Amino acid sequence: MRRRLLPLLALLGAWAAGIALLRRTTGRRRERVDLYFEDGSMQSLSNGAPEAARLLPLARAALDAARGG
Amino acid sequence: MTAEQALADLTEISSQVEAAALFDANGTVAASTLAESEPFVRAVQDLLAAAAEARQGSLNQLEASTLTGSVFVVRDGDSYIAATTGPEPTVALVFYDLKTALRAAALEPAPKKAAPRPRAPKKKQEADGDAA
Repeated sequence: MRRRLLPLLALLGAWAAGIALLRRTTGRRRERVDLYFEDGSMQSLSNGAPEAARLLPLARAALDAARGG
Repeated sequence: MTAEQALADLTEISSQVEAAALFDANGTVAASTLAESEPFVRAVQDLLAAAAEARQGSLNQLEASTLTGSVFVVRDGDSYIAATTGPEPTVALVFYDLKTALRAAALEPAPKKAAPRPRAPKKKQEADGDAA
């Protein structure tokens, strides 16, 4: 019985590790704009927020301009 | 230190910075690592204007992170420095290097005449009693 369960548990463990790794890598590479103000406050606008939807294309345009694109 | 020297130091110190430009609030470029800096500075100014509209307050730093790279902007009064990096930069380190470069460029001394060398203090004449 234990011998039958072992491969199944290993498979479940590998699946969970794969999901965790995928979430970690995709989460880190999320597009966002961070604004830092003189009063020390900070606002992070993640992709999906209406402000970020306006700012991110402008950031891409700046990158393209710098890279001669 | 001149603005050009400040940018040269920045690109030497920070391997993450791909391109950078120093400019003022009017968009006048003081120094740049790019051959054609105007399109980049104009795009950064558009980004800053849109960011200012997004929230009230005096913006002094910005980082826009995209899948292909990041755009950083640091402001000090009317002086700005903008830079681009590849994806996933070390944000705090890039901000630190940009602030250092902006401060160094701001310390650019105005050309002035060499100050006259101070005269060496006159030697006290030996007391008359010396001869005695």
